[in-house]
Amino acid sequence: MGALRALLSGDFPRSRVLAALLLAVLAALAVAPFAASGARALNAAATICVFIVLAASYDLLLGYTGIVSFAHTMFYGIGAYGVGLALAYIGPTWWAVFSGLATSLVVALALAFAIGLISLRVRALFFAMITLAFASVFGVLASQLSDFTGGEDGRNFQVPELLRPSHRFLDADVFGRSVDGRLLTYYLVFAAAVALFLVLLRIVNSPFGRVLQSIRENEFRAEALGYRTVAYRTLANCIAALAATMAGALMALWLRYVGPKTVLSFDVMTDILLIVVIGGMGRMYGAVIGAALFVLAQNYLQAGMSGVSEALSGFPWLARALHPDRWMLWMGLLFIACVYYFPSGIVGRMRGREP
Amino acid sequence: MPEALLELSGVHTHIGKYHILHGVDLAVPASGMTALLGRNGAGKTTTLRTVMGLWKASGGRVRFDGRDIGALATADIARAGIAYVPETMDVFAGLTVRENLLLGARESRMDPARLDWLVGLFPALEKFWNFPAGKLSGGQKQMVAIARAIVLPRRLLLVDEPTKGLAPAIVQNLLAAFRELKSAGTTILLVEQNLAFVRTLADHVAVMDDGRVVHEGSMRDLAADAALQSRLLGLALEAHS
Amino acid sequence: MRTPAADLAPAIVVLAVAAAVLPFVSFPAWVTLTAAGLAMGMMIFIMASGLTLVFGLMDVLNFGHGALVSVGAYAAMLVLAPVAAWTGADSLVLNLSAIALAALAAMLVTGAAGLVFERTIVRPVYGQHLRQILVTLGGAIVIEQLLDVVFGPDAIPVAMPEALRGSLVAGEIAVEKYRLFAVALGLAVFAAMFLVLDRTRLGLLIRAGVENGPMVEALGYRIRRLFIGVFVAGSALAGLGGMLWGMYREMLTPSMGGEVLVTVFIVIIIGGLGSVGGCFIGALLTALVANYAGFLAPKLALASNIVVMVAVLLWRPAGLYPVARR
Repeated sequence: MGALRALLSGDFPRSRVLAALLLAVLAALAVAPFAASGARALNAAATICVFIVLAASYDLLLGYTGIVSFAHTMFYGIGAYGVGLALAYIGPTWWAVFSGLATSLVVALALAFAIGLISLRVRALFFAMITLAFASVFGVLASQLSDFTGGEDGRNFQVPELLRPSHRFLDADVFGRSVDGRLLTYYLVFAAAVALFLVLLRIVNSPFGRVLQSIRENEFRAEALGYRTVAYRTLANCIAALAATMAGALMALWLRYVGPKTVLSFDVMTDILLIVVIGGMGRMYGAVIGAALFVLAQNYLQAGMSGVSEALSGFPWLARALHPDRWMLWMGLLFIACVYYFPSGIVGRMRGREP
Repeated sequence: MPEALLELSGVHTHIGKYHILHGVDLAVPASGMTALLGRNGAGKTTTLRTVMGLWKASGGRVRFDGRDIGALATADIARAGIAYVPETMDVFAGLTVRENLLLGARESRMDPARLDWLVGLFPALEKFWNFPAGKLSGGQKQMVAIARAIVLPRRLLLVDEPTKGLAPAIVQNLLAAFRELKSAGTTILLVEQNLAFVRTLADHVAVMDDGRVVHEGSMRDLAADAALQSRLLGLALEAHS
Repeated sequence: MRTPAADLAPAIVVLAVAAAVLPFVSFPAWVTLTAAGLAMGMMIFIMASGLTLVFGLMDVLNFGHGALVSVGAYAAMLVLAPVAAWTGADSLVLNLSAIALAALAAMLVTGAAGLVFERTIVRPVYGQHLRQILVTLGGAIVIEQLLDVVFGPDAIPVAMPEALRGSLVAGEIAVEKYRLFAVALGLAVFAAMFLVLDRTRLGLLIRAGVENGPMVEALGYRIRRLFIGVFVAGSALAGLGGMLWGMYREMLTPSMGGEVLVTVFIVIIIGGLGSVGGCFIGALLTALVANYAGFLAPKLALASNIVVMVAVLLWRPAGLYPVARR
């Protein structure tokens, strides 16, 4: 029990339903390569892992510190492009992976620091606009400097030998699945995601995390108590940025591809926002549940919608509203409802009380 | 005992988590000037702002002319006849002096006679009529702020530290202006730290400490009692000239 | 909007930028680029002016503003389609009548949409900036998706009225007629806004309210109604801008407004939040630089908006014409 407490940094689910769901998600992700049928399901699992990190790190900013920043996908992109372009240009070696990752982390840290300093002199609304502007410029640059970045279409690249599907570790299949580089890649992503999540969990439950929350609650009071809020905000920005960068690196390794639409588009930003808000702002476990639900819905609910939409073909507008391409409409409505009525999201409802 | 024009009974005000006013009881008699004194942070500004509805009272009652105004919106409180000159003056810097006063006149046109009287009180108004108010000196801004508040005749004028940071000559000017206002029948509730200023003008005085009114009485009595002054305010009225 | 003692420096900067480019391009090219920049700037100004006033007055940053631009474009198209005969004819009068109708429709529809938006989406989260951003963003998503539902996700072509097609040619110099129209309309809108803000009591209230809302209330004005009015007017302007934008691109997509939103944000930051004059100059500056850069240094052109923003903020940290705020 003590070990579990240490692992979860004392932040237990405190709700049977939530604990059960979390275990279910963890278990499902752990055995996905063996249980999932088909590449698509495995891809969904890997995406969930990455998005858990993205959402949790974004929640650190939004839910715990009370900052709205649109630069998160920029860091995600920096991590992905850093590793991806390194692999593309240096060659499919581990050195490329590490040097690409290291470069991305340094660049991300520098940018996050600069952005954090901007928040010193401007108000929340201003800050949101500026981060949006920077993120969009970054996205445009990535798609326009096509000689370097592969432009709109992005870039495919080879991963190191050990991670390739063609590299088999065992001759025989285990549980009907070949033990190959793809499997290794998946567990790399999975393990990294779990580790990063636990680190973030520890951060929000530490004295630092508590100061962040007090800054969110009442900045003047925090300043009066002697906390230099700018320093804390900047640090939170940096931590979130580093986590997003690593998430990007993981995604690049998994997809063996980088492109502006996958990592830099505003759609990804809205997805993250939706996950964090619906999962529960200021609730780390919300990122887990939210990410799992969102990615699953994105992949499988749309099929369901398609069926319903066809059944309703007699009522054209209703059918169009329920068309799977319109699933964002319903997500958007759910999002608005959560902001108004369920600020603590799904997890908050389960736990039944504010911390 | 004249009927109180403004009456606060057990008023509490919270700002966020902070409990600023802890049950303020205050009766401001009609006509004449009531001074609201006290140390920094005693809750004087909060009291004025609560009366004006800029901060909502969390408990107690505020009555103006017998009417409960606690639930009214600021705009309606102003329309009921209360004007407010904040500590920060809050003149509209981008607007000219003329435009500032025009806003004070609400829907009606500015009454020429009234305007003449105002310019008589504050000659600077005429001089800087078309200047952006932001370009004026502190004293001139104060005059604009007060003039704007009284363009329309008001029953009650709330003024927050008008002499703060002003040169003695301007203070004399304000002194004369307030005397005239008093004689015109306006009730004034004045928050001030400059006790000499207040001593010559105020009829009634209330002293606040820690969000409560700890003393209420006539100015004359307070001025005569040095021991009381020392106890309440920590210094003598004489010492501030 | 009363700029202290005619602070013309920003206007001079715009002229200087235009003049500075002259040596580097042929004169006809310069005319084309400048006309393009001015036209684009006017369209952005019309879209952004409402947003800057709403922000200045109500401290509300409406992320749904872009979606309203799209709504305006579609509403205008709905009106232009039936009167295709008018737009097809080569008569300036008929064309302009059609456009006037479409503009009216666009403004009415987006004004109404703005009214609904303010009441249902914005009002409940008044003063809570974080939730405001989230909720208006959600509103933007929903509106765009609804446009998808009603009009379909494919791009819809819009026919530019005949009389505005083509260019006016004088020797080697050619200026697209539509661009001249956009500039004329932009100037008209700016003039109208200036007159209202500077000469009317309503304008006085708005200017004072942008500086210090509570003080305006303390003078006896019910500022809530003012807010609603400005929000609706701002939305209507977004719709007008949307119509122009749609006709310019000759194509409508639900996300067209959202795509311009970042530029609109940059422009209102450059201009100074709450300043219509600043927004005007800021829009012209941004668009001109973008067009010149697009010609002279295409790869850099993409970041030109940000570069201009950073440059202006280094010069005047609160924007070109900062509004003195409480």
